[in-house]
Amino acid sequence: MEYIKTDLITALPELTVLFMAMFILLLDLFIKPKNRIVIYGLAQFTLLAAAYFTVVTYNPSVGYAFSNMFVDDPLADILKLMTFLGTSMMLVYTRQYMQQRGMFRGEYYAMVLFALLGMMIMISGQSLLTIYMGLELLSLCLYSLVAFDRDNARATEAAMKYFVLGALASGMLLYGMSMIYGMTGSLNVAEISSALLEMNTKNPVLILGLVFVVAGLAFKFGAVPFQMWVPDVYQGAPTSITLLIGSVPKFAAFAITIRLLAQGLQPLAVDWQDMLLIMAVLSIAIGNITAIAQTNLKRMLAYSTISHVGFLLFGFMSANLNGFASSMFYISAYVLMTLAGFGMILLLSRQGFEAENLDDLKGLNQRSPWAAFLMLITMFSMAGVPPTLGFYAKFTVLQAALQAGFIWAVVFAVVMAAIGAFYYLRVVKLMYFDAPKDNARISAPVDMQLVLSINAAALLLLGIMPQTLMQICGVAIVISLQ
Amino acid sequence: MIFNDFIFYTLAAILLFAGIRVITTRNPVYAALHLVLAFFTAAGIWLLLEAEFLAIALVLVYVGAVMVLFLFVVMMLDINLDKLREGFWDYLPMAGTIGLLMAVEMVMILSGKYFAPTTVASKSADYSNTAELGRVLYTDYLLPFELASVVLLVAIIAAIVLTLRDRQDSKSMNPAEQVLVKKQDRLRIVKMDAVVETPSVEDPKADKEKS
Repeated sequence: MEYIKTDLITALPELTVLFMAMFILLLDLFIKPKNRIVIYGLAQFTLLAAAYFTVVTYNPSVGYAFSNMFVDDPLADILKLMTFLGTSMMLVYTRQYMQQRGMFRGEYYAMVLFALLGMMIMISGQSLLTIYMGLELLSLCLYSLVAFDRDNARATEAAMKYFVLGALASGMLLYGMSMIYGMTGSLNVAEISSALLEMNTKNPVLILGLVFVVAGLAFKFGAVPFQMWVPDVYQGAPTSITLLIGSVPKFAAFAITIRLLAQGLQPLAVDWQDMLLIMAVLSIAIGNITAIAQTNLKRMLAYSTISHVGFLLFGFMSANLNGFASSMFYISAYVLMTLAGFGMILLLSRQGFEAENLDDLKGLNQRSPWAAFLMLITMFSMAGVPPTLGFYAKFTVLQAALQAGFIWAVVFAVVMAAIGAFYYLRVVKLMYFDAPKDNARISAPVDMQLVLSINAAALLLLGIMPQTLMQICGVAIVISLQ
Repeated sequence: MIFNDFIFYTLAAILLFAGIRVITTRNPVYAALHLVLAFFTAAGIWLLLEAEFLAIALVLVYVGAVMVLFLFVVMMLDINLDKLREGFWDYLPMAGTIGLLMAVEMVMILSGKYFAPTTVASKSADYSNTAELGRVLYTDYLLPFELASVVLLVAIIAAIVLTLRDRQDSKSMNPAEQVLVKKQDRLRIVKMDAVVETPSVEDPKADKEKS
């Protein structure tokens, strides 16, 4: 019994989220629709409480729980804190949007919290089984959230595509895991790594397993050639859900990639480096070039995501601590940028109107100089224009790849980033140099405007002073991977 | 041992046949029934491996519950098969080549060398793998076990969120609301001008007199 108690204390943030998700579900039955704002408050409170418990139970060493299936290391703690922050911002951005579209229901908040629980389990997963369970929990919540606006045919179609392809990806991941389990005889990431060190890593069964694991991960990230679902789902889902799918789950995907590739299959690094190289180069090329042809803002940002994933893989490709730390920095920057980008779409949308086409941004500077400026920073950051955060993030991953000797790939990535700058700058051109199409006033709650401003300011400030964030990422990776 | 081998190969052959029929048969009901057969033979193979609990669970849960439900759904749905099969021949060359390549690769890797048969010492007669499974499930694998329950909970919530609607034609009554009703809610007073019936100008009697 005693060991159960210490396990439960280690998993206190997870338990908080689980308990509150179920509590919200029950409370929703007894609350009047006009008082539903209480549920929103409770969801925010849950995030705060979970963050509090994460900080309180923080310790700079690596701890295990639940028979080594759950790990509590600095990497997990820091990624969880970032996830809480991102989710909290997402809830602020989406509140009015959901209210206006009749989706402001208790289940929305319960599902978001269950998805959050899935992400936390993935981040702390130390066994193939826990990682898989966390992934399924997250995916299941996301599938149903995409279809949340259930009378919308496009959202339903997107949910169906996401579900079928996601199930296929889960199947591939599981198949790869079963091969690796078959060869190493263990589900535990650390034990897999030590078993691999003692055997012939040229074993084709291991490579087969690795191929399937990498394919499954690439599917979840949306890297080429497993990117088909990304544009359709991003465009079809309600913008608030797109914001959720595009942002925080990437932290969890990053975490399981670290756990699986960097911790478990590090002895096979020579093999997965090549796979990641191909995917990274293709993702950057296809993402950036296809984005140019888009007229829908959500779809454009989806292709932009694909290219960002390519850059992220550049950090992984170097397969050393420096590379992983720069990848972690990149993913943090990416999530901040995505929150700001889709936050802007939500800001410009209003009752019965979705600001999802590029034309809707025309002349934004005349309608609201402040909103235009925020979008300007976001676009500059996504394009990687100095001194924004996006520039520094791209710089660190490419530097890590350069040190690992991928010179030609880096040169190619820089060229592609320059091409990609075109469609980000086109948005800026539309906002500042074109005449506005509609002159509706932008009406967003004060808290949303405030948080969005802070979000965009962070893109600028962290770009000028990236040292603290870089240091946090470095420390987390070094302590957790050694 | 030879008898065991014989049973294994028989069951495996039936399993493969059933598996292939699931995806090739035209009628979805037959496909579902073949899946039942596949589960049944798989359970038989597990019995050979002395995994009695899993074998019985497979029959009870999948054959007994899941597949019966599945059959009902398949029978209820009106699926237009010809529409589903549209484009089959267009995709066949590409999909067939890739499928064949993957099958060849997997046969090369998975057969023989790396998965050499080993003999596992059989357990004594009083060994219960049900008890053993239960022990592991509630101690070492407690976390994934609980997570599985959360996943199922989410599946229930998702199904309800996506399908439950208040019926538009529902005639259910809410007594609390009925008691609270006020006069203004039900009675509407409409102001309108008085209408006086004017007799028609021509008198029908006069008509008769004329004729």
